[in-house]
Amino acid sequence: MPDLQRQSVMSLIEAKDISVHHGDFPALERVSFAIDANEIVTVVGPNGSGKSTLLRTLLGVFSPSRGQIIRKPGLTIGYVPQKLAQESGLPLTVRGFLSLPKRVSDAQAQAALEETGAVGLEQRQISELSGGQMQRVLLARAILNEPDILILDEPTQGLDQPGAADFYALIERVRDQHGCAVLLVSHDLNVVMSASDRVICLNGHVCCEGTPTVVRDAPEYLALFGHGTQGTMALYQHRHDHSHDHDHDHGHGHGHDHGHAHD
Amino acid sequence: MIDDFLLRAGLAVIALSLATAPLGCFVIWRRMAYFGDATAHAAILGVAISFGFNLSIGIGVVAVALGMALSVTALSNRGHAMDGALGALSHSALALGLVAISFVRNVRIDVEAYLFGDILAVSQSDLWVIWAGALAVPVLILWRWQNLLTSTLNTEIARASGINPNREQLVLTLALAIVVALAIKIVGALLISAMLLIPPSAARNFARTPAGMVAVALVLSVLAGLGGLWLSFSADTPAGPSIVVAAAALFLLTQMFRRKG
Repeated sequence: MPDLQRQSVMSLIEAKDISVHHGDFPALERVSFAIDANEIVTVVGPNGSGKSTLLRTLLGVFSPSRGQIIRKPGLTIGYVPQKLAQESGLPLTVRGFLSLPKRVSDAQAQAALEETGAVGLEQRQISELSGGQMQRVLLARAILNEPDILILDEPTQGLDQPGAADFYALIERVRDQHGCAVLLVSHDLNVVMSASDRVICLNGHVCCEGTPTVVRDAPEYLALFGHGTQGTMALYQHRHDHSHDHDHDHGHGHGHDHGHAHD
Repeated sequence: MIDDFLLRAGLAVIALSLATAPLGCFVIWRRMAYFGDATAHAAILGVAISFGFNLSIGIGVVAVALGMALSVTALSNRGHAMDGALGALSHSALALGLVAISFVRNVRIDVEAYLFGDILAVSQSDLWVIWAGALAVPVLILWRWQNLLTSTLNTEIARASGINPNREQLVLTLALAIVVALAIKIVGALLISAMLLIPPSAARNFARTPAGMVAVALVLSVLAGLGGLWLSFSADTPAGPSIVVAAAALFLLTQMFRRKG
């Protein structure tokens, strides 16, 4: 009876039947969502589907006009934003960034950068990082407070497909290492993490939900994304016998599962 | 031998720099230039109200500046397209203040002293108030330093870490009201923003860390303050504008010698 068992354990974060309005505009309507320890959940949806609103409501930036957000007491969140406000000219080294908001020791900073493959960037200015380096540094900061859950907003935006696949592999390793849950938001449907336990397809409300393959074949998903090439959902397959400790372009797994274009 | 009034003026600009350097850096990082302007302009209205109701100028100015700073914060939190409204608010506060002062006819008010500062008239007791107020600002900012930096960098990271960015913003709002009340006597309402913006902008090119930028801004600000005073004293120019001219000159110098990249 997996359902009964699931109810007995408190979810990390739960949204209970929430609606969120931006002014008069309903961004989310009666959405229920929960994520449990160790789960990887990907939320996909077109632009304006309320993905970011859901995420920000879970973080507490917006308050729902209906329903409620329940957080497990003492929950620690590691958040990886899309980008930082760096155009403002705040001078900041990677090392300094890792100490926000909580100061960490050099050893801790070093270990986090090693884990995310960003060693040697300590003294670089945040504003000088490439897109890929930035993502790794953002992730390193997020895991420094040993979060119960990692929340990532469009983490692979701006990365090419092999880059995105590598980043997903990294997230999976981080999850295994720290035993945290992972909540991803993405409109990048070319590569969806097949390691996701659940994919939630959002368009103001929850259209469909399930394992990646179930969602890929769901009529609601195809209705939303099934036009043109966007209808291809390539599942990034992580081969566990594969070494990731080298830098050359290894074309494993990603983008080879094109069987469902439905044009 | 240094004249007493010059010594007091020098101590006053050093105190002001202690407050404007850290606050100015946050004003730059958070792109709140309008914030300083609107609040400083409202101070003139504060002066008028103080005279009208026989209040201490300090109290009137802090109250009105705080009210304006809070309104501007509320407005800017409502969206990004508030430039027009903020401009209207800022300049109407100044105009309203000037009109209101003209109604207070029973006292002769030297409006220019509040618009451009009257630093050479700073008294011993003024100096105590200025130092107390000026020290409060860096203490406030140091106290919230980590949280302020985090919410400046990214509000969602702040939220995820249990920081309320709006509460942190209040610290800056309060600090700004204090700075305006102090600076109105030193550089005047029209030039307070210049003291907030110019030294940190010049410091930006030499800093690799936030604290480093504050430190360089502080040094430049003190140099500009003392240099401006010297200019004012030796060439008999108005002190407030002279300080800002000195700051601008330093800014130009730093632009010429700036680090590559």
